[in-house]
Amino acid sequence: MAKGVWIVAEQRDGAFRKISFELASTARKLADELGEEVGAVLLGSGVEGIAGELGKYGVDKVFVADDAALEPYTTDAHAAAVAKIVKENDPSILLFGASAQGKDLSARVAGKLATGLATDCTEVKIDGGKLVAVRPMYAGKCYGEVVFSAFPQMASLRPNVFPAVENAKAGAVTKFDAGLDASQLKTKVVEVQKDASGKIDLTEAMVIVSGGRGMGGAEGYACLEELANVLGATVGASRAAVDSGWRPQADQVGQTGKVVSPNLYVACGISGAIQHLAGMSSSKFIVAVNKDEEAPIFAKADYGIVDDLFKVIPELAKECKKLVG
Amino acid sequence: MNIVACVKQVPDTEAQIKVKPDGSGIDESGIKWVMNPYDEYGVEEALKLKEKLGGDVTIVCAGPARAMETIRTALAMGADKGIHIDDPALEGADAYATATALAAAIKGIPYDVIFCGQRAIDDDSGQVGAILAELLDLPQLTVVTKEETDGKTIKVVRPVEGAAFVIESSLPAVVTAQKGLNEPRYASLPGIMKAKKKPVDVKNLAALGVSVESKSKVAKMVPPPARPPGKIIAGDDPAVKAAELAKLLREEAKVI
Repeated sequence: MAKGVWIVAEQRDGAFRKISFELASTARKLADELGEEVGAVLLGSGVEGIAGELGKYGVDKVFVADDAALEPYTTDAHAAAVAKIVKENDPSILLFGASAQGKDLSARVAGKLATGLATDCTEVKIDGGKLVAVRPMYAGKCYGEVVFSAFPQMASLRPNVFPAVENAKAGAVTKFDAGLDASQLKTKVVEVQKDASGKIDLTEAMVIVSGGRGMGGAEGYACLEELANVLGATVGASRAAVDSGWRPQADQVGQTGKVVSPNLYVACGISGAIQHLAGMSSSKFIVAVNKDEEAPIFAKADYGIVDDLFKVIPELAKECKKLVG
Repeated sequence: MNIVACVKQVPDTEAQIKVKPDGSGIDESGIKWVMNPYDEYGVEEALKLKEKLGGDVTIVCAGPARAMETIRTALAMGADKGIHIDDPALEGADAYATATALAAAIKGIPYDVIFCGQRAIDDDSGQVGAILAELLDLPQLTVVTKEETDGKTIKVVRPVEGAAFVIESSLPAVVTAQKGLNEPRYASLPGIMKAKKKPVDVKNLAALGVSVESKSKVAKMVPPPARPPGKIIAGDDPAVKAAELAKLLREEAKVI
């Protein structure tokens, strides 16, 4: 009988990504409710040394495969390794991060294990000993409660939504052989192009300053960049702004862009088309600055200012600078 | 080159989504149905590949009778033929069941590359491409913004948080399309006329020799949690309002 709540941890360049600790803490909560253990899978090359850190966030056992073929990440190598260790240990729940890597990997593993997967969940709970995974659908226009008829019950968790809470457990490290034959792998990473700007991705940002049609053009974003600098924020954009060529496609927030959940989302000159609202309504605090008091964005906003954003935002940047120091 | 593009019919992005009172699904009345936007990028890439390397493009779609319209749209864009998997057993199917049906249809035709959208904007699962790749024992290249192929191998760009991976793979492979890959063409009037005569094979699961089993299901749908009413900061002076907002963000919301 399947037992145990497991996570697949994510590291890049030998350091855990924050989502790994969010996964560990969430798994701990579920495992305590079930009276079971938390296991973690850690894959990479030269990563054994960091494995124990997962213990701090409630992991009992860490299964580590340290293999040159696991670095950099490829779907075929990682999915084979995860499927192997999971089959050997039969956990009842398996959690991933809904990051770029986690989404790619979890879907392939679900295929390999012929089981169900709930993507990008914002809540997970236990009901009658089984997992119930709550996830936004239609980009958050409604939510679905997913239940499973196969094991392991798999879910990927949206970054920034689940708290990472320290709760020390053993974090005992066991090495395993991923059983990879490098010559069998069909894909190869030939280059990793790092974004030199150091900009935090929208899906991971704690603060987002976003601009829409009201920005009037690419140059309008200068004041948003300035506010973003003060707040350590990432600049986002509406579809209208991206389609007009004012901002790159990677900046788009909404149903056909990124779905984000920062602590603070500042929407400037964004009217609040339903497809945009869908992408940002799970933000914890929403601020709207717009000339049009009828703009639908105000219905979602915690704080609103009806005024010219080009007058408000530079002042806001100044005031925030005073407060943040 | 034998090119396959999988498409799904979904509600338009501007659609208001209302959950049925019993939570069993969404109220479909008044919804305008369109091709999933990410699948449009897949179809466009398939057509560009055909123009470059020759061959033909087959559209594969699982969905009810209305989904035929989406297949015809892809044919009007320039695809050559279609397979429409229409079976009541696929209603409410999860990604595993849907991918099983698509795999069964694709196994019956020649393929060198299979395009899917990186996710469908209705259920937002983003799993079908990967599970399809697994069931066909093919490599997967997901959420791709650039693609180059000579028909034997393929090279793609896949953005991740703070970086982009350039990946090479053997063909056949499954490629899932992300916005930025291309600019999908509109169907021309002659294209629309021609599409009416292009062959579409309508098959149920029995005809494909497969049965499907969902491994998960949406037990209940609920409207999104309501947000508490917000506060409009009143006044005439933008500087004063900005100062008030900064204070609220710091002291009340505690987010800066």
